Amino acid sequence: MEFLGYERGDGGIGTRNYVGILSTVICGNEVADKIASQVLGATAFLHHQGCCQTPIDINRVNDVLIGLGKNPNLAAVLLVSLGCESTNIHLVADAIAATGKRVETILIQEEGGAAKSVARGILLAQSMVTDASGLKRAPFPLSELVLGLKCGSSDTTSGLSANPVVGILSDLIVEAGGTSILGEVTEFIGAEHLLAKHAKDEKTARKMLALVERMENRAIQMGFDIRGGQPTGGNIKGGLTTIEEKSLGAIAKAGNAPFQAVYEYGVKPDVKGLVVMDSPGREPEILTGLSAAGANVIAFTTGRGAPQGFPFVPVIKLTGNEKTWKNLIDHMDFNVSSVMEGTETLEEAGKRLLLELVDVASGKLTKAEISGYTSSMDIYMVGPVI
Amino acid sequence: MKAGQVKKILPKGRNMKQNAIMIKAQDNVATALRDLDAGRTYQFVAGKETLSVTMKESIAYGHKFAAVDISKGADIIKYGEIMGRATADISQGAHAHVQNIESLRGRGDLKKEGV
Repeated sequence: MEFLGYERGDGGIGTRNYVGILSTVICGNEVADKIASQVLGATAFLHHQGCCQTPIDINRVNDVLIGLGKNPNLAAVLLVSLGCESTNIHLVADAIAATGKRVETILIQEEGGAAKSVARGILLAQSMVTDASGLKRAPFPLSELVLGLKCGSSDTTSGLSANPVVGILSDLIVEAGGTSILGEVTEFIGAEHLLAKHAKDEKTARKMLALVERMENRAIQMGFDIRGGQPTGGNIKGGLTTIEEKSLGAIAKAGNAPFQAVYEYGVKPDVKGLVVMDSPGREPEILTGLSAAGANVIAFTTGRGAPQGFPFVPVIKLTGNEKTWKNLIDHMDFNVSSVMEGTETLEEAGKRLLLELVDVASGKLTKAEISGYTSSMDIYMVGPVI
Repeated sequence: MKAGQVKKILPKGRNMKQNAIMIKAQDNVATALRDLDAGRTYQFVAGKETLSVTMKESIAYGHKFAAVDISKGADIIKYGEIMGRATADISQGAHAHVQNIESLRGRGDLKKEGV
């Protein structure tokens, strides 16, 4: 089986062919957004970080922007900076340019304000899109897929149907030599002992367990029951009672493949197969983290109906909840309520999902892309704004 | 590493078209697969057996009820794993949810009280 993708200079294969307008700091968002909105084929990455933070977070902003810029779904990158932030735009630009992509920069303060920045940015982006649009899709093996895993607005159907179906998809991608990235470490809490048995070796298991402990302590330090935020109010309405229950259903997304390595947030895997990446469960942070890690397609399960997509990585929405499938059809791509109904096995649904994934990787648009519900983006931070 | 560990906790794809599902025989809660009415008795598969439980209250699709009488302080078992602890006695057929189950993890509130 093959998909049709775009080959990049560094060997990565894109499933989309956008020009990325990346804001390097919260203060560049307005300009980046206006440029992207005026150029067909351009899309903006906006966020709320990049200044008045401690070095650990500033370095992370640099690294995540580099990761996003290197994502194979971007053909070229325009970085938009205010000019006085802590993010190092030149470091970011040079690292992305090392992939062979065209990278341009706009510093609003040097440019003489927003109007001039937007005007020059539009012209730059137009020229980048002209070049990018000449690229043609070509067939590539599934080993070039980097699949991001995500569940959101879960209910009890998630753990019974959509998540295990995605687990089978993940196994199929791994078997084909591809990569699958499991994040949402919050949703390992209470199920990490099961996940640990999936580690390649003891050392890798311990690394994963350390991430879980760190994430749980982050919540505990606030002095409240995690249930105020995890499971969410919607999860609770959907019948999920505790974080342990949510996690036991959530880790089914990992399938049965052994996980090969454990990474910090947004770090691109240097091995193939299933890997674990630190991230919280909230949509903007994990979708950004997966994309920075090089995901070229994301499978996103939902019970109650999560609409979120990402600007330049297709996010396939699947649900096992028949009511949600019917009620939120403008956000749902794939129905696995058949598994709840007993008319299809998890394995059959997983194989059917692989065909959908190949179609989407080859250019079929997701509901999030069609509806423009693609602004779920932000960078996960370690420390405070200071 | 042993393959199949996570999958083993999951139900088979077939036979889900039921009133409710109890994923593992050792579970003490079951999940409603349709809206269940108070006072009615429903049968569902639990492991290799079929259980028959009369609902103490109406149970919404996707919500859980006690498959057996559960005592205050007992572990709540789903997927064959501990998913919390009963904060009150939960009688068979009663709604098992946040009002009578607490999480054992991420409990910053207990830390604050010095427990």
